[in-house]
Amino acid sequence: MTTSAPIRSESPSALASVHPEQPWAPAHGAVVPWQALVAWTTSITRAFIPWLVPVTLLWLWHISAVNGWLSTRVLPAPLDVVTAAWTLAANGELWTHVQVSSGRALSGLAIGGGLGLLFGLLTGTFRTAETLLDSTVQMVRNIPALAMIPLVILWFGIDETAKLFLISVSVFFPIYLNTFHGIRNVDPGLIEMGRTYGLSGWRLYTEVILPGALSSILVGLRFSLGLMWVILIVAETISAQAGIGYLTMNAREFLQTDVVLVGILLYALLGKLADVFARSLERYWLRWHPGYQTPGH
Amino acid sequence: MTHTHTPPTAGGVHLQVHQLTKTYGSRTVLHEAGLNIEPGQFVAIVGRSGCGKSTLLRLVAGLEKPTAGGITLDGEPLDGLSEHTRIMFQDSRLLPWKRVIDNASLGLPRQSKKAALKVLEQVGLAERANEWPSKLSGGQRQRVSLARALVHHPQLLLLDEPLGALDALTRIEMHRLIEGLWQTHGFTALLVTHDVQEAVALADRVILIEDGRIAMDEAVNLPRPRSVGTAAFAALEKRILDRVLQKPQDETAAHDTTATWPGVAAHGLRWAI
Repeated sequence: MTTSAPIRSESPSALASVHPEQPWAPAHGAVVPWQALVAWTTSITRAFIPWLVPVTLLWLWHISAVNGWLSTRVLPAPLDVVTAAWTLAANGELWTHVQVSSGRALSGLAIGGGLGLLFGLLTGTFRTAETLLDSTVQMVRNIPALAMIPLVILWFGIDETAKLFLISVSVFFPIYLNTFHGIRNVDPGLIEMGRTYGLSGWRLYTEVILPGALSSILVGLRFSLGLMWVILIVAETISAQAGIGYLTMNAREFLQTDVVLVGILLYALLGKLADVFARSLERYWLRWHPGYQTPGH
Repeated sequence: MTHTHTPPTAGGVHLQVHQLTKTYGSRTVLHEAGLNIEPGQFVAIVGRSGCGKSTLLRLVAGLEKPTAGGITLDGEPLDGLSEHTRIMFQDSRLLPWKRVIDNASLGLPRQSKKAALKVLEQVGLAERANEWPSKLSGGQRQRVSLARALVHHPQLLLLDEPLGALDALTRIEMHRLIEGLWQTHGFTALLVTHDVQEAVALADRVILIEDGRIAMDEAVNLPRPRSVGTAAFAALEKRILDRVLQKPQDETAAHDTTATWPGVAAHGLRWAI
């Protein structure tokens, strides 16, 4: 009926690989073997190039460690790090520490993020809540969570509560701010449309306002996840009886640089995992959004 | 008002507008406008931008409150939104996070997908029911928004320049579609447009609003389906268009300002904005 078909963006590689009408290709569309070989080699090379620098660096590190150019007090050999990780994983120590650390991080996120979401929804939805609360939140936001460490230790000691408090406070603000902005930036035209189509109250909220704010809320979540690990690392470094921070600080006392490195890599891995999780949430919840659709679907 | 139209089915509302005035601060947008629209009649409102035609539509929709005067639907005074009125907006205003079928069934009880699918079929988009709105073209989006309005069986359909952003071919298709659905459903229709040809093609009556007042009320007595090419159509379109263009006071005022610049010939000036 309508003339224009929906426009789909296709990745250049997809265009290049599936293209039967090349003018220089032989008749009746047959593909000559050498062409396929060239295409295959090109794609392999392209996939390999991004790994070139990291692999070279790793190899240089290995060579210098093996030849003794690099003291093990500065950096252990890469293979030693792998061995240390393997030993820790095999005797179960690794999993206990990862579990304790993740538990801390996630409970902090649940408390702080939950409160941030709640307050953001409140101030975003009700003007009176905004006038009452928003300026206070904006003032408190300027205090870096880490600056409060001495006070937090006085309040809660060096217990679990102190760590939970620090994480909760720091993840609160990104989620709060982005929820507030998300709610405020929902297209007023859509809200007006919803009202004229008989939506009001809870249904208007769940079908128009909340989905409209969701992409912004998820941005807040990703910021919070990043902060969550940073604060956790600092909190665990101050004092801990278990967790990745305890593992690394303990290893430092005994100059076990390999274990220290395992701890650092664990933090990196957990941070990456959290980000992958947040991205997959985005891909699912925002699958209607052209920016999150994979080409061709 | 002289023209009477017998609707195919008695599904329309009797819309009356009495001495309607709307002011924003010191600016009067609508000045004691009066209208009587019979049930099932298709009325087009034309006028230059900023003449108050969209304001009239928003008042009839119940989206805004009049400063003075009132609106009645079947004799009942209008107060706020009416469940018998549906609007088709210029930008389709589909919810991007709902699939086409869920957009079409917006505001219905959750189990009434069947009704939505039926209306989607009427606008020719049943096979796109599970797509996201972002995958549709502009014309298809407007068809979904038309389906979303019709699924509620409105007695009054308000169309706020719904085809303004579409290309000419799609627009002609949409004219046929809207006309056909209007004939089937029998609702009263109020179309706001800046396109006189569109008004003449669709409406029983064309009303011109000028400076917030109703300046012309012209019946369109052409047989349906209408063809743009006929002499009678062209004559009527020209007459209305001439009337719309009668008061070009804005241009003369602008011209006078440029002429007062000392030492510069007025025709030699080109503004870069």
